[in-house]
Amino acid sequence: MEPIPAPAIDLISLAPVLVLSVFGMMVLVTDLFIGKDKSILVFISLTGLLMAAVSSLAKYNLPVFSFNGAYVVDHLSVFFTFIFCISSALAILVSVDFNKREGIKVGEYYSLILFCTVGMVLLASSTDMIMIFLGIEVVSISLYILAGIQRKSTKSNEAALKYFLLGAFATGFLLYGMTLIYGSTGSTKLTIIANVISENKILSEPLMLMGVVLLIIGFGFKVAAVPFHMWAPDVYQGAPTPVTAFMAVGPKAATLAAFYRVMSETMPDLSYSWEILLCVVSVLSMFIGNLGAIMQSNIKRLLAFSSVAHVGYLIIAIIAKNSLSSSSLMFYMLSYAFMVFGTFGIVILLGRKGEENLELENYSGLAYKHPVIALTMTIFLLSLGGLPPLAGFVAKFFIFSAALKEGYIILVIIAVLNSAISFYYYLKVIVFMYMKEPVKEFHISLTPMTLLVIAISAFGTIQLGIFPDPIIALAQAN
Amino acid sequence: MFLTFLTFLPLVGAILLTLLPRDEEGAIKQTALAFAVADFVLSIFLWTNFDSTTHEMQFEYSVPWISSWGISYHVGLDGISLLLYIMTTFLTMISIIASWGITKNIREYMMSFLALSTGMLGVFISLDMFLFYFFWEFQLVPMYIIIGVWGGPRRVYAAVKFFLYTAVGSLVMLVAIIWIYIAIEEQTGVATTDIIFITENLELPLAPQKWLFLAFFLAFAIKVPMFPFHTWLPDAHVEAPTAGSVILAGVLLKMGTYGFLRFNLPLFPHASYEFMPMIAWLSIIGIVYGALVSLVQEDLKKLVAYSSVSHLGFVMIGIFALNHYGIQGALIQNINHGISTGALFLLVGMIYDRRHTREIKEFGGLAKVMPKYTVCFMIIALSSIGLPGMNGFVGEFLILLGVFQNSGMWAACATSGVIFAACYILWMFQRVMFQKLDNPKNENLPDMNTRELITVVPLIILVFWIGIYPKPFLKTFDASVEHLLIKVNPDNFRPGNPGSSHSTHAKLIKIEDMARLNQQQNGIKP
Repeated sequence: MEPIPAPAIDLISLAPVLVLSVFGMMVLVTDLFIGKDKSILVFISLTGLLMAAVSSLAKYNLPVFSFNGAYVVDHLSVFFTFIFCISSALAILVSVDFNKREGIKVGEYYSLILFCTVGMVLLASSTDMIMIFLGIEVVSISLYILAGIQRKSTKSNEAALKYFLLGAFATGFLLYGMTLIYGSTGSTKLTIIANVISENKILSEPLMLMGVVLLIIGFGFKVAAVPFHMWAPDVYQGAPTPVTAFMAVGPKAATLAAFYRVMSETMPDLSYSWEILLCVVSVLSMFIGNLGAIMQSNIKRLLAFSSVAHVGYLIIAIIAKNSLSSSSLMFYMLSYAFMVFGTFGIVILLGRKGEENLELENYSGLAYKHPVIALTMTIFLLSLGGLPPLAGFVAKFFIFSAALKEGYIILVIIAVLNSAISFYYYLKVIVFMYMKEPVKEFHISLTPMTLLVIAISAFGTIQLGIFPDPIIALAQAN
Repeated sequence: MFLTFLTFLPLVGAILLTLLPRDEEGAIKQTALAFAVADFVLSIFLWTNFDSTTHEMQFEYSVPWISSWGISYHVGLDGISLLLYIMTTFLTMISIIASWGITKNIREYMMSFLALSTGMLGVFISLDMFLFYFFWEFQLVPMYIIIGVWGGPRRVYAAVKFFLYTAVGSLVMLVAIIWIYIAIEEQTGVATTDIIFITENLELPLAPQKWLFLAFFLAFAIKVPMFPFHTWLPDAHVEAPTAGSVILAGVLLKMGTYGFLRFNLPLFPHASYEFMPMIAWLSIIGIVYGALVSLVQEDLKKLVAYSSVSHLGFVMIGIFALNHYGIQGALIQNINHGISTGALFLLVGMIYDRRHTREIKEFGGLAKVMPKYTVCFMIIALSSIGLPGMNGFVGEFLILLGVFQNSGMWAACATSGVIFAACYILWMFQRVMFQKLDNPKNENLPDMNTRELITVVPLIILVFWIGIYPKPFLKTFDASVEHLLIKVNPDNFRPGNPGSSHSTHAKLIKIEDMARLNQQQNGIKP
């Protein structure tokens, strides 16, 4: 009997995943031996993330395939790995003071974030649907636990349960879709599927299309695109704020990267079937996200709806499927990471034990008591809306250029009108901060780690807005 | 480099103000004023060093900015932007003097004003579409804050409305900018957003020209504001603090008309020509409607605000006369409106400070208690009407002359606006200044003090200077207007004689003439 040949594995290219897994376990083990003070865990996890980021930059000839072509390290995955490391590091930093304040004393918290990052890297690097599924599961399961990590809070429990049930449901859709695609193409490998499609050798077209639709539903759930977004506001509101910020950036970026690979890179020839669907999803996400956000009086729900709208913009890049798509996705997600962590950092700063101050009214008159905080918040919000000279503007410019290059004029016009709508609710927060009298005293303890996150985010938002050239060049490098 | 320095000088001032302690009000005001004065005085050198014989950009400076996309920081001034630039520094200075009485959060107020100044100056010097958009949106935020924080009772509503209206227009313009960016790369192989390069090299058929024209039109027409898009203006003006109104009327609205001259005309000449009647009629509606609505206003500031709609209608119809007189008139009227309406807002602000009301019926007989004020008001009011010898006359005369070359009908309709202007201004003047002094609250009003005189007198000097000897002003934009007209000359895009004419004379060819010409060339007898 012939031995089954072992697939080629390039360990260097796998380094980020390995490093993160090892450090994740190290955090778990160390947690057993230390007492109440968890700061050493923070240090270990940050070191892990830093090493992962550095190892992802190791120079070799891209792309490198491993596991028999199921895992690829290419330009897209390297850049996204970088984004994941940054966003996870920011998430950990922003959690330090929050966890101390809210009494979250479990060491698993940090290892879960690391494991989740492993899943994200897998997701962004997978070229096989099984691997995509694996990545999504690793990410989701870590997030289910993280959302419910505040065990004593009913809100947090509700969020975790809701997220788990709907997430499991979505996973079902995703898996079903993958099965159908496997059935009609005979492979789970994206490259082979792409060949089958381009050579027109699909076994059963209806099954294939059904599979694509189910995939879109599954991915749609995971990135919270309309009409699969219903879980987002509740989960965003209920989960601990640092986890919300984390959820809004890393996992979303990873899923979008996989979504991009499956749709734009694998099935461009089938685009007649999925393009219109994605257009509908994108337009609905923008409208429902932005109009929904207008109605909100809770800042976390407002940001949840705004993130739904941002997914709408991001899907435009997937629809455009040209050379600018992937680089615009990368740039957008990087700047989005800064904006989101900045905003949530300030949301965390405003709260205190037992009193989270999440209503917009709590922001009244902030500008007169804490002008610098109000100004940075203004910067983040305007950047989310897409106002120059901030990162959000350049990111939108990037995505719109990608779409206009392919002639999607109507879609882009809808997107810009939505940006205008979004200004309404971002301005609403600014109105509260600058144009209303304070209703009560602010008790802001300027905790150093949270301030550090805000400072990094503000720097990133402005830097990517005024001098975006190095990052754009990096994103467009291939 | 000098231009960049001048443009960012106010922003540097704004940043320096953060270093001053919040309660040192005197120091804050003086620092802000020092920066504004320095900026104005230095910008005078631009005028004296300006070579008015050429349409080329001057004081140019260009460095790569986002080189992966071919975007550069490219700035410069030509005849069209020079005076607007100087007017911006000038009015910023006047506004800061006029804001001496602000007590609430003075530091933030001055910072907003200085940042606003940088934003506005940047708009006028940008020679790169990306950079232009950058400044265009940048100035929104400080203005929004100025209206929203230091404004009147409905300030939040007015501020948000102002922001959203402008944002909608400019975002549609952004789509057009990206479209052009992609088109120019396809046509020439150069990915760039440089305005000069695009103006010289972009060749578009009529259909896309029309769409792009409309996209830019929306952004600029909202800013101007032209007739159906004007509703944000009265709200913003009424709620804004006095100095905010001055800047709004004096500079922000001019950004719209400037946009038409910098983008719509040279980039889409054929579409401009096609849309000429539409814009002319919209402007005429704006002129008459603005004047009629002003007539019935009971609030002084609202009256002045609506009169802006009317005056800007003149500017627009002048631009779209597409001939030398019209555009020259429009440019000088841009300046005139900034001076006259700016001064009117200052004067209205002064009695508001004294009485805390702007209702016309609360006043009457002010001439007896405030003689200096009345004289200033009289001069500015007459200049706003366009009395010969004052600035308004020069602008309106040139515009009507230009419009008349196109259509006597348009000119006749537009002229009615001048008559209405006399009605609403003089009637308002009569009700406020003359008649009996029957309201006891008005009996002891103090006359203008020195600071207030300092803000208004320079404007009055300009009123007469432009009215009596406009040549130094008109001269600056002569060459640029000529160059622009070559671009929009129908000979260059009419089928049959491509690019044949370099006529610098601005006569438009009538449709019938064109038909006859075509028939002659094709050998068909009429």
